[in-house]
Order: sequence, then structure tokens, then C-alpha cells
Amino acid sequence: MLTKRIIPCLDIKNGRTVKGVNFVNLIDAGDPVVLAKQYAALGADELVFLDISATLEGRKTMLEMVLKVAEQVNIPFTVGGGISSAADVTALLNSGADKVSINSSAIKRPELINELSDKFGSQCVVVAIDAKQIDGQWKVHLAGGTVPTALNLFDWAKEVEKRGAGEILFTSMNNDGTKAGFANEALAKLSASLNIPIIASGGAGNVQHFIDSFLIGKSDAALAASVFHFGEIEIMDLKTQLSENKIPVRI
Amino acid sequence: MKVIIIDYGAGNIKSIQFAFKRLGVDAILSNDIDEITTADKLIFPGVGAANAAMKMLEESGLDKIIPTLKQPVLGICLGMQLMCLSSEEGNTKGMGIFKVAVKRFSNERKVPQMGWNTIASLKSDLFLGVKENEFMYLVHSFYAEKCTECIATTTYGIAYAAALQKNNFYGVQFHPEKSGTAGAKILQNFLKL
Repeated sequence: MLTKRIIPCLDIKNGRTVKGVNFVNLIDAGDPVVLAKQYAALGADELVFLDISATLEGRKTMLEMVLKVAEQVNIPFTVGGGISSAADVTALLNSGADKVSINSSAIKRPELINELSDKFGSQCVVVAIDAKQIDGQWKVHLAGGTVPTALNLFDWAKEVEKRGAGEILFTSMNNDGTKAGFANEALAKLSASLNIPIIASGGAGNVQHFIDSFLIGKSDAALAASVFHFGEIEIMDLKTQLSENKIPVRI
Repeated sequence: MKVIIIDYGAGNIKSIQFAFKRLGVDAILSNDIDEITTADKLIFPGVGAANAAMKMLEESGLDKIIPTLKQPVLGICLGMQLMCLSSEEGNTKGMGIFKVAVKRFSNERKVPQMGWNTIASLKSDLFLGVKENEFMYLVHSFYAEKCTECIATTTYGIAYAAALQKNNFYGVQFHPEKSGTAGAKILQNFLKL
């Protein structure tokens, strides 16, 4: 049976992890390669690296990091952040990334999704959507969730699927950072209306939240950062509890 | 041992090369027919669309060479599918090494299947030391049907061929290079064939 995926997300700036990572027994918790290997060994199903460098130099460093991760890590990983052309994607895939995640660039130029899925296959095109519920309406946001757009989450998700996205990474900005659970209602609606996998993101605080994202939110994968980085939730322990709740996981 | 990854322009070859490097083997990328025919082991990768990949194979003449190879050949993902008779993806004619058709998953489930699923009914030295129902990483929308050449199955709505074998030709739908230590074991077994 296809299992539900648990995905730690690492924010990377100039080739280093940022936003406090506090792993015990790690010599260098700022080294994404060391962390990635650790997560793979601890049972993570996939990894996401989000490049938040704003400079050209930072982007170059990112490519070097991707190459090192691909050399040493034997599970799939996605790279996102600042990708706006087929050339960007070629460079990342040639460095060993399995998938890329695009966000703002897809909103600004939706044809990019078609171009990437035609050229590289939809299996490696993840479209990340940051949305916020305002007056009952889920509105898509740009630029790391800071700039609202006129786009409705469900319409945009449908369009993204039609244009060839292989997967959607949905972050609820209402939930992100709250540790109060995922946006399960919106997730369930996305999952019911689309035929591609949905990754839940934003709001993970405890094991029950993951259980709910799969059982209520019907998500195919759940992504989180700090609860894993700070050891608040151990991946294997999480998976054991998911399994006890009849959620198929890789153990 | 000379291990060649057939480089015909389709696929994420780097991960496969790295996976062999982790096993201490330098796998070489090549599209050179002499290099390919004299290799000890061959990897036939593939990611993306079947028709485009098949076209690239035909342009390089490799579609005629590959079926005549005598050494162990391992097709991975789309590589395996192109070794089959045909694919519903773009109505593509394959190399016909495996006498089985490749079909699209029905929309009753999410397509592509993406993630970790189990492989069962393992019957080949390719799986020595790999336990029944081991997890492998898969990403695909099309599948080869169960058939006599099937050496492992996976179930996604229906049971289909996760791996195929005919003589020296092997094909796996999953990505051993991305499937943790169990995947590495399969690549290691392939090197010993």
C-alpha cells in the first residue's frame, strides 16, 4: 500500500540551515548535508530544502549544497526558492535534485508550470501555494506569504493541476507557526477536488496534528520544520503512532 | 568492473551515479555504442515522457543496440517501461524486450503515484537479502501489467509489475537509487549478477 509521507523542511541561506536547528549529537547543525543524512537515517520519507538566499552568490552556494546532498543522501528531495525558469530547473536537476518547487514565479507566469512539466515531466514539478483565509475566503499570497493576490486557493490549485503540476505543497498561513494543527478543512477540500498528491504544511505542533492531517485533511504527505528540528517530535515515534491509528507509513 | 549508465538525454542520471558511488563503484555516463557494448553492467535510466525519450533513443540508434546486449542491463522507471512492448503514454512503441504493455493508472486514485510502496512476490537474485514487502520509492503514472516476466509486484489500486526480468534484462519501476539502504542492496545485487 502506498504510504503517507513525513517530510522535514529545511530553510537554507547561503548554503547553511537557518531558523534554529537544535539536534542533539550533531557536530554541525548548520550543515544541511549532515542534517539531511540524519533525517534520512531517522526515517524521513523525503526532504524539502527551501532556499531563502536573496543573492546570486547564495544561489550558487545552493547548487553546491544540492550536489553534496545528492551525493550522500539516499532518499528523494525537493528544492524550492527563487526558481523562475527552465534553466534554473536544469541546473538543480543536474546537481541531483529529484523535484523542484515553484511558487511566486508560477503565479506571475502560470505557463512556467506547463514548460517545466513538458520538459522535465510532471513528477518533478511541485507547486507550492501559500494561502490565507480572509473573511472565509482562501486567498493565495505571493513572496513568502506577504503579498495577497486576487487568486482563490481552490481555483488556483485546479489550474496548477491542469497545467501539469505533479504535486501541490499547500501552506496555510493562518496555521503556519501556530503549532495548533494543519488547515484540515481546506486540505480535505483540495484533496477531494484534485487528482494529484497534496502535501500539508503549516501548523504542526504534536502527533495528533499529523494524524488529523491524514484522516481529516486527507493529505498525502505532511511537512514540518521546527517540531522536527528541535526534537519535539521524533520521526520514528510519530510514524509508530500513525501506524497505530491505521495510517499506512513506512517503518 | 565497467558500469555504464546509458546517457541518451532522458532522466535524472546524477542520483544513479551517486548511488553507485556510495557503493564504491564509479559508474560512467556514456552514449557511445562501443563503450556500451563492451561494458560489464549497464543501467538504462529514464524520467519524463515516454514518446520523447523513445525518440531520443531512436535518434541515437540505441533502440536497436539495447535489445542485442548480452551483459546484465537494468532499466529504471521509464527505462523499464521503454523496454516493454508499448506504452499508453503518447502511444509509444517500446523496444519489446519484455512482452508486456504499459498502461495508465485509472483516475480512481491520485496520479502520479508518488511515494513509498511495498514490493512483494520477489523472485530473482536481484532481491537477495531484500525482505518481502520492503518499501521502495516510486513516482509514476503508467505501469507494466503483471505477466510471466514479472519478478516483483506492487499494488496501487491494482497489482502490477514492480520489476521484470527476461534473460540478462532487468527492469524496476521503483527508484533503487532513492530507496534507502534496501534500494542500495538491490543495486549491489545487480552488480553481482
